[in-house]
Amino acid sequence: MKSYNLRSLPVVRAVLLFCLFFSLCFASMKLMAQTELKLRQAPGDTTQLRLPEHFSAIVIADLKAKARHLVVTEQGLIYVKLAKPVNGEGIIVLKLGKDGAAGKIGGFGNYGGTGIYLKNGYLYASSNSEVFRYKLNEENEVINPEQPERIITGLIKGRQHETKSLVLDNNGNIYVNIGSPLNSCQQNDRQRGSMGIPGCPLLDSAGGIWQFRADKPDQSYGQGVRYATGLRNVVGLDWNQENNTLYVMQHGRDQLHDIFPQYYDEKTSSLLPAECMYMVHKGDDAGFPFIYYDQFKKAKMLAPEYGGDGKKQVHDKYIDPVVAFPGHMAPNGLLFYTGNMFPDRYKNGAFIAFHGSWNRSPEPQGGYMVAFVPFKNGRPSGDWEVFADNFSELSGSDLMSPRQAKYRPCGLALGPDGALYVTDDVKGRIFKIVYGK
Amino acid sequence: MGTFVIFIFAFEFFTAGRLPGITQGAINGVLSDSTESFVRGKALYKSHCMSCHQFDGGGVDNLNPPLIQTPYVLGSKTGLINIVLKGFKERVDIDGNSYSNNMPPLNYLTDQQIADVLTYVRNDFSNKAALIKASDVKRLRGGR
Repeated sequence: MKSYNLRSLPVVRAVLLFCLFFSLCFASMKLMAQTELKLRQAPGDTTQLRLPEHFSAIVIADLKAKARHLVVTEQGLIYVKLAKPVNGEGIIVLKLGKDGAAGKIGGFGNYGGTGIYLKNGYLYASSNSEVFRYKLNEENEVINPEQPERIITGLIKGRQHETKSLVLDNNGNIYVNIGSPLNSCQQNDRQRGSMGIPGCPLLDSAGGIWQFRADKPDQSYGQGVRYATGLRNVVGLDWNQENNTLYVMQHGRDQLHDIFPQYYDEKTSSLLPAECMYMVHKGDDAGFPFIYYDQFKKAKMLAPEYGGDGKKQVHDKYIDPVVAFPGHMAPNGLLFYTGNMFPDRYKNGAFIAFHGSWNRSPEPQGGYMVAFVPFKNGRPSGDWEVFADNFSELSGSDLMSPRQAKYRPCGLALGPDGALYVTDDVKGRIFKIVYGK
Repeated sequence: MGTFVIFIFAFEFFTAGRLPGITQGAINGVLSDSTESFVRGKALYKSHCMSCHQFDGGGVDNLNPPLIQTPYVLGSKTGLINIVLKGFKERVDIDGNSYSNNMPPLNYLTDQQIADVLTYVRNDFSNKAALIKASDVKRLRGGR
């Protein structure tokens, strides 16, 4: 009996290992819920982007500046927010020409930042601690660029996650992200084994989305409402016009392996936690820093800083994401597509610009692309897919560090003709993606 | 693909790359103390530093500073050792770019490990600077 067992052991082990390998491959493909599309470079396309069939891209500008979010007006004016002003100009104004390229026609706003949004005759723009608005004329031109109204001031600006992305609803409210100044609310930020600060009091003034009135001067925390909490840092956000609700993309926490190597190996840590899209209602709590979302287990996990071990789940209290992407890809732009140029399946769907990871080493980095999720009535109606790829101009396994990426997607905007605009904040390249048979 | 990458890293690790500045120590296959320190430091770099400072020491734009030809790395031993022992929580400006992520103290590493990893960092990524010894680290750790 014994000798029979011993002889067959290696074979059994080999078979089991084989099965395990394939089931893991299959399971990870299923759980990632990503649709594989055939992407290619359009004939005659001078960009290196790879896109679905009948889509093509052109470069409309190379600003040689850190171009973050942008808006495009009905008249073809483009306002681009720069992370760092160039020659005293933190907002660049471009005008689309007939040849498709955009020329610079102006600039103003001597402050760096990320957020910019157009609504009800005003251009809204943020520094990393304040929000301003500029009155527009009927041509959507800024009337007095040197004298904006300051509508929000005194927001916390940490040394990380300091950008203030913004969006407006249809009832005169503005929503502003205030990112957590810490990675995971540890007593010693990013230190191996350091536990979480009990209750994470920084959530009183950061780690969430704050709501303010869009038309009142000099509001701060006292005049605003903490609309949603437990969001580590949101850069991409948009107002869904179909169900009149706010959606945000959270940047998930970094360094599970570096900080808690006893619970997470490097490979696991390279894909966890999920980068989550949340549908956000007033009063919601997404759980940062107490939990993170595991896209493989499809579960909210107790963070190791607060007693988790990579296995303990949390079932109540916190909202679930509507879409969970692989970790660290850094979603910097979110846009619900309301244009008429793209085919029907894109209507009201979500485009997400992924800036690309730095935190997957020694695995290759990921992201550096624009993803798409089809939506119906505010809910995903299919799996996510890569829509525009190859911003890095490197194949996936060669991309070991963000410095190697040629371009990094950041902001998204819809043009009046239904084209999709994508900014890059490495070289300030602005891509325009169009559809046409 | 993952396996291939791991293989590449294993290969890299065991073949231990180029050793600028201290190759003269490896005569007739006998490794000098400084070369051994560099080799140990390279392994330590991968497990304790690389996730932020990246495989090529190039750092991450806006977040984690590069280690290539900067005064922080090539300057005084004391300054560099203290960054590892105490962490770094100030904005770093290098060549017109700012880097702002907090670096935690890595004081759980031994004196010898800190000496090894800094010797490595000061002699890879196009850097060339004097070696750091365990006694240098010990002196500063005691002085906290």
